[in-house]
Amino acid sequence: MPASRFLPHSALQSLLDALTARGYAVIAPQARDGCIVYTETRHADELPWGIRLEQDPGSSRTIKGTHRQAFAWANGPQALKPLVFAPSEPLWRISRQADGYAVKAAETPQRPLAVIGVRACDLAALAIQDRHFLHGPYPDPRYGARREGMLLVAVNCTHPASTCFCASTGDGPEAKTDFDLALTELDDGFVIEAGSAEGEQILAALPLQDARAAQVEAAAAGIRHAAESQTRAIPGRNLRDALMARLEHPRWQEVAQRCLACGNCTMVCPTCFCHAETEQPELDGSGSLHSREWDSCFGERHGYIHGKQLRPEISQRYRQWLTHKLASWHDQFGRSGCVGCGRCIAWCPVGIDITEEAAALLK
Amino acid sequence: MNSPHVPQTARIVERIQESDDIFTLRLRFSDAAVQDGYRFAPGQFNMVYLPGAGEVPISLSSDPEEREDFAHTIRAVGRVTRGLAALKPGDEIGMRGPYGRGWPLDEAEGKDVFIITGGLGCAPVVAVIHYVLKRRERFKRLVILQGVKHSHDLIWRASYERWAQATDTQVLIAANSTEALWPWHVGSPIDLVSQAEFDPANAVTMICGPEGMMVAAAKALKARGLNEADIHVSLERNMQCALGLCGHCQLGGHFVCKDGPVFSYPEVKVLLERGGL
Repeated sequence: MPASRFLPHSALQSLLDALTARGYAVIAPQARDGCIVYTETRHADELPWGIRLEQDPGSSRTIKGTHRQAFAWANGPQALKPLVFAPSEPLWRISRQADGYAVKAAETPQRPLAVIGVRACDLAALAIQDRHFLHGPYPDPRYGARREGMLLVAVNCTHPASTCFCASTGDGPEAKTDFDLALTELDDGFVIEAGSAEGEQILAALPLQDARAAQVEAAAAGIRHAAESQTRAIPGRNLRDALMARLEHPRWQEVAQRCLACGNCTMVCPTCFCHAETEQPELDGSGSLHSREWDSCFGERHGYIHGKQLRPEISQRYRQWLTHKLASWHDQFGRSGCVGCGRCIAWCPVGIDITEEAAALLK
Repeated sequence: MNSPHVPQTARIVERIQESDDIFTLRLRFSDAAVQDGYRFAPGQFNMVYLPGAGEVPISLSSDPEEREDFAHTIRAVGRVTRGLAALKPGDEIGMRGPYGRGWPLDEAEGKDVFIITGGLGCAPVVAVIHYVLKRRERFKRLVILQGVKHSHDLIWRASYERWAQATDTQVLIAANSTEALWPWHVGSPIDLVSQAEFDPANAVTMICGPEGMMVAAAKALKARGLNEADIHVSLERNMQCALGLCGHCQLGGHFVCKDGPVFSYPEVKVLLERGGL
C-alpha cells in the first residue's frame, strides 16, 4: 500500500488539466436547475462547490450549504449510464437504391471520456452493465467503444442522502475496485489514491502532498459515517426465492394504486438496460434511420406482442420491475440488480420506496 | 460479412399465399457469400426488416438443408407484417439472423417425435416436420397434432393429408369452429392427446402455440406418462434486438431471444403456469 497522498482543493484544476493532456474529454458534476448533472467540464470552479443535495422520497433539491466542498452530496439523476449506454443513438441507416436497399452501420463512438466524481454505487452498476452489454454472446460494439476508453475517478461518498442504502447492498459508500483514481474529500482537499497503472501516471503529474495521518483518518471517518448514517436498507442481498414465492402478494395491487407507471425509476436506475428500437423513415421514402433508445418495462409497448399486451396491469409491470431487479437478476448476473443508490426513490413522483416495498412483500 | 448487429439485404424469390392472411416468403440474401455461409436450425428465427417500418422476429419455416434460399411463413397481423404482405417477388428487404436456440433434433433421434401446434404455431415446427420426413430412418414414429381456432386457419391442408399417408406417421387435427364437411375433430387439440400413438418412455414432444394451450398440452402429455424433460416449447415474446440486450423478451431470468425461443418445459414451467409474467 503506497503512502496516501493529498490533493489540495486549490490544485484540483491540475487533475482536469492532466486528464485533458492525456486526450480525455473530462466529465464532472455540476449543479444545474436544482440537480447535479455530469457534463463536460474544463474548469474546477464549475464543480458544485458549497452545494448540498436534499433527497427524500419523491424529492431532490440542491441547496446552498455552508461548507466548502465540491462533492458534499450523494448523486444526481444520472451518472455513468448515459455515458456508456446512450439514451438514444442510431444503429444503421438504410437507403433506397435503383434495385433495392443499401445498409450502412452507424459509426462507433470514439471519444475517450474521463469521469470525475464516480460513486461506489455507480461503479457497482457499471460492472453489472459491463456484464450485460459486453459479456454475453453478442457484445455490444457501441457500449464497448465508449467503455474501453473510459477513465474513472471515483469520489468516495461522505454525504449520503436520506434515500441512500448502498451499505445494505454492499456496494458503497467506499469505492474499493475498478477505478483509476479514488478521492475522499476533506474541507481543504482530497486524500487521493490510484487504482490502476494509468491512475499512477496521472498522480505523478499532480502537485501532491503527503497525506498526514490526521487527514487519512478523517477521510476514513467520513466514509464510515456515510455508511452508519444511512437509514434505509434493502431487507436482504438475495431476495430471489422470497419474492418469486410471493407473486400473488396483495402488496402488488396496493403499490399499483400509487404507481403512475411513468417509468422514472427505470430511467434513473443505473442498472436498468431495456431499450427500444425505433425506425424513422425519410418523408420522401429515400431511406430510413434505425435507432435505439432507453425503454421502460412500465410502458405499454414493453410487453406488446402482435395485438396483445402481456402485462396489461400496472401491478404486473411493477411486479416485473421489482422481481427482475431483486429476483431474476440473480439468475442473469449472479447478484441483485440494485446497488442502493436510492435514485428510484428520490425520482419517483409519488415517492414509492423500493426498500419499503421489498420489506412489505416479505411480510 | 453477416453481422448480428446490422441487417443484410435479402430478395424475395417467391411469395405464396397460404390463407387469407398467412403468406410465405422465400428469400435469398443479395450477397451470394452471405447466402452461402448462412446456416440455421429449425426453431431459430430471423429479424425480418421492412425498411421504413421496422423489424419483427419470425421463425424460419424452410428446410435447413435447402441452401439456395430460406423461407418465412408470416401472418399479417401488425404494422410490419401487413407491409411485408404487400411485397412481391424481386423486392428487397432487410434480414438479421439466425438467432436463438432451436428444437432438440439430436436428442429426438431414435425416438418418437410428437409435434403439437396451435394456430400459426405450425410455422416454427413445419421445418421440423420436413426435417423428420426427409430423414425418416433416424426417427421412430411421427405424430403431428395441429389445432386451429377456425377450420379456415388450417394452412398446408394438402400437406397434412399427404403426411397422414406416410408410414409410422399419425396426423391429428382439431378446430374449435368449422365450415361444413370438416373431416377432423371439432374442439380443442388437447382432446386429441389421448389418441396419439407414441411411446411415452421413448419420445420427444415439441409444442408451439398460445401459452395457455402449451400448458394444457404439457399436462395432458404428463397424464400419458411422458417425462416433463422430454417436452419442449417454443415461446413468443416482444423481441427488438434479438441479441439478449434490449430486455423486452424476458421471462423470469430468461432472455427468450437468446436462451430460447425453444425451452425444455421444466426450465419455464413455473413461469408459464403462473401467467402474466
